[in-house]
Amino acid sequence: MSNVRIKVSVNGNVVEHAVESRLTAVDFLRHELRLTGTHVGCEHGVCGACTVIVEGKAVRSCLMFAAQLDGKQVVTVEGLSPEDGELSPLQAAFHKHHALQCGFCTPGMLATAHAFLLEESAPTAERVRDVISGNICRCTGYVGIVDAILEASSHYRKPS
Amino acid sequence: MAGGQTLVPLLNFRLAAPSILVDINEIEGLDGIELRDDGLNLGALVRWHQIEASRTIQAANPLLSEAIKHIAHYQIRNRGTWAGSCAHADPAAEFPAVAIVSGARFGVYSTRQRRTIEAHDFFVGSLTTVLEPDEILTDVTFPAWPAGRRWAFEEFSLRPGDFAIAGVATLIDGLGDAVSCRLVCFGVGEKPSRLTNAEGIIASEGLARNAIARAAAAAAVEVDAQTDIHASADYRHALVEVLVERTVLCAAGLESPQ
Repeated sequence: MSNVRIKVSVNGNVVEHAVESRLTAVDFLRHELRLTGTHVGCEHGVCGACTVIVEGKAVRSCLMFAAQLDGKQVVTVEGLSPEDGELSPLQAAFHKHHALQCGFCTPGMLATAHAFLLEESAPTAERVRDVISGNICRCTGYVGIVDAILEASSHYRKPS
Repeated sequence: MAGGQTLVPLLNFRLAAPSILVDINEIEGLDGIELRDDGLNLGALVRWHQIEASRTIQAANPLLSEAIKHIAHYQIRNRGTWAGSCAHADPAAEFPAVAIVSGARFGVYSTRQRRTIEAHDFFVGSLTTVLEPDEILTDVTFPAWPAGRRWAFEEFSLRPGDFAIAGVATLIDGLGDAVSCRLVCFGVGEKPSRLTNAEGIIASEGLARNAIARAAAAAAVEVDAQTDIHASADYRHALVEVLVERTVLCAAGLESPQ
């Protein structure tokens, strides 16, 4: 039963939907909006694959309900690059540093890193490792991921 | 539901299936961080990342700021709340231990009454509190931080952000014969608990290294430790001894934090 009406901005587009109160935010993004870049991994907040940005904060979309997105601004991995298909500086740095192998964790990594760098644009490697420890990669290891985030960080700094 | 970082996993796994779920996130006035006459007051919707970033809290209760760093991961801290953690009452949670050692008081509300509960009386056992089914936490007040108070916080977990296998929060007030110490351990037994025998040894014998070692040994004996998949009760007893000794030494300025 679709019993809650929500109006939410997703990647800059305002959408209105009737959703079940029980629908998780990640299932809303994937099944209702067909934004399948955001992945469903563990469904209990541990793996980080479903991380999206809500009101500027990187959060687990498997641990929120679609109904809670009402009136909120959401950015998913699809919203990180311009519509013409160019990679964002963060995505380009992931590409350059081979910061992925199978790629399942990558949307969550990118969402976390993007929100984080908007908050802290000059992090140490240690701080990046701490932040990214909430996103589990089980193929390639974190060296390339940390290098990519550190390299991309300069693009988030305001020109002085 | 506040942050939902524990409740929603339970729902996703069908371990809980409430017929009604009330989301308090849109209630105004529950997300304040305020210094009041009676101390530091946090509303129920204050999230971990707000506590982490708050200079007000860093000045008003540095122990709390330090403890928050050990809670879960960045993305979870962006959403989770202290009130959710306390209502859930996981024995390994950090905030309840800090609340108890600080002598904090919880504000509780229902349509029947508003009441205040001492943190020490709030936690009954694993995942169990004194809250009635119709009551919610609304705020917590930490009494003013006395001048000259010394503190330390240590926890042992397998990886950063994992559940604590054992942890200790320590406060020391006064000097010389007037020294007093408050010790709370968590992650060890069914609920966070004061280590009153160890506190008594510090109060009577002071902060000499051998007195601290005796207090730590007493703490290991008095605590009620659980065995689970991560650690045996014996191992937890040993951890409590090490962590009590380390935190008291650090708080007393005899060693640096690790």
